Amino acid sequence: MTAARTRVFLVDDHALFLSGVRSELAEEFDIVGAASDVDAAMAGIRNTAPHVVLLDVHMPGGGARTVIEGIAPTHHDVRFLALSVSDAAEDVIAVVRAGARGYVTKTIAPPDLADAIRRVRDGDAVFSPRLAGFVLDAFSGEGPQPSDPELDALTPREREVLRHIARGLAYKQIARRLDISVKTVETHVSSVLRKLQLSSRYELTRWATDRRLV
Amino acid sequence: MPGPAALCHHGPATRKPTRSVTPITSTAPPLGRALRLARSATDRVLTGAAGGLGERLAVDPILVRVAFGVLTLAGGMGVLAYLLVWTLSDEPQTEAEVRRPPTSTSTTAFGLVVLGLLLVLRDVGLWLGNGIVWPAALAAVGSAVIWTRSDDAERARLSRLAGIGGPLGALFDPGRVTWVRMGAGALLVAIGMASFLDQAPGLLLAVMVTLLGAVLVLGPWIARLGRQVSDERRARIRSEERAEVAAHLHDSVLQTLALIQRTSEPGEMVALARGQERELRAWLYGRRAPPDADLLSTTLEEVAGRAEEHHQVKIEVVVVGDGPLDERSAAVVRAVGEAVTNAAAHSGADIVQVYMEVDPATITAYVTDEGIGFALADVSEDRRGIADSIVGRMGRYGGTATITSEPGEGTEVHLTVPRHAS
Repeated sequence: MTAARTRVFLVDDHALFLSGVRSELAEEFDIVGAASDVDAAMAGIRNTAPHVVLLDVHMPGGGARTVIEGIAPTHHDVRFLALSVSDAAEDVIAVVRAGARGYVTKTIAPPDLADAIRRVRDGDAVFSPRLAGFVLDAFSGEGPQPSDPELDALTPREREVLRHIARGLAYKQIARRLDISVKTVETHVSSVLRKLQLSSRYELTRWATDRRLV
Repeated sequence: MPGPAALCHHGPATRKPTRSVTPITSTAPPLGRALRLARSATDRVLTGAAGGLGERLAVDPILVRVAFGVLTLAGGMGVLAYLLVWTLSDEPQTEAEVRRPPTSTSTTAFGLVVLGLLLVLRDVGLWLGNGIVWPAALAAVGSAVIWTRSDDAERARLSRLAGIGGPLGALFDPGRVTWVRMGAGALLVAIGMASFLDQAPGLLLAVMVTLLGAVLVLGPWIARLGRQVSDERRARIRSEERAEVAAHLHDSVLQTLALIQRTSEPGEMVALARGQERELRAWLYGRRAPPDADLLSTTLEEVAGRAEEHHQVKIEVVVVGDGPLDERSAAVVRAVGEAVTNAAAHSGADIVQVYMEVDPATITAYVTDEGIGFALADVSEDRRGIADSIVGRMGRYGGTATITSEPGEGTEVHLTVPRHAS
């Protein structure tokens, strides 16, 4: 980690929201650029090489997934934090699987958003209570034996950490309750993120798309 | 955890307009889309391959079908060509493909390509005979002349030519062109049929050829009529859906926005906005409860929504797993409701978190707030009563209720109930 200020790039097609977030974050972060559609976002991110890209899930011209898939293969250092007003499970799971390090809703309080950006910058994962709930739900199907137990199932400890996040507890509180360090909590969450991104578990995608049709 | 500023900071400015909830998974990369041919979703007789090819080449799909037919007569190559196109094309992703309108340039080019193909086929010997293929090709061209739609650019050009005046100009009058076109086309079909019959006379053959001619002249018209009917039906369904969405938004969102404008109390505005947000979210993304049974998750959302409206506190609900609402799960929902009401009314916290997990054996629920908390030893009588009622309710179903709280540390209510009586 360097001592320099974190460089943040904003992508959102909602102008009011962009300016609001910009003024909230300007004090702590260097806002190196902003874009309101997919093409401008890709060009801007390539030019400014930010640490963290804060991006909206839904946008004209492809959405967050297109941006992540276009940038991630060539710019390994750029990290993505998805932000959306949508709580649709399929959107959330799709964006995280594309490579976002986390997902927060737009109703998040400014200090929490700043905290989430710091965390993503440091390589940690950011799970909102709702995302934690989605993940628990997606990994809970009994179904057939997982093909890759290392990737397709959560360990009891990871499950426990996720449950605490879903209950709305902060990492610090979780660490205290489980009698582990905050760093260990972060390690568990990052490992869950890895499983979420890499697992080929059939139920995961099916679950996310079926959920609305129940 | 979202702090006190959570809601007053984000006003309506953060709400995005509702947009279509198309899953982003269906967006294909633009390059792949440009290379692959998509079969037509709307214009299909067999598989939509000819329709897709026509849309891609800017040629009337009917002409593409006629070309396949003529090539089939010329030694069966049309069937092979059709299968090739079908194999190389994809199922359409969305119904709303961009349709390139047919132009006369591309139509002429397409005709010349087909003619070239015919000559090549004749040269290599895949040929049924001059007497069959050429009359059929002539009749096909006639059919094409009748049924090719003239595009807008062509119409404009014709209007200009008509402006020349005189007998030649009158020939290009767009209204008259249709008749000229039809006459010429019918003539070509007739010549094709006659020259075929001329070589191989016979009554049965004559009847068949006449029928074929009628199909060539009338078939496309009938096909187009059918398509028009289905287009109209689709448009009607779409406008009905639109009306339904508009009606829902009118009854909910617009009413709430009107109410917000008439409210002077900030707290009430936030409560209205929050209640509306919850309702709209449930409508857009929520699980749909089966019509004759309530789900645990939807009931819990309802209970939380009511408490939220009543106490003007944000209540975040996360449910993992789900199940039907029976006697036991209803008891848990009621107990959660009491705990939420209690937290909303007394804790002073801005946000109350509800987490419920449903697995085959047990239902677990947590109600957490970061409010003022209390020392269990010296609780006032009214709070004691609520706690007792929660504990008692869970006890009746063989479950437990634990309340953890410390002054300044918030409160947590933890409920578990087995799903089946032991």
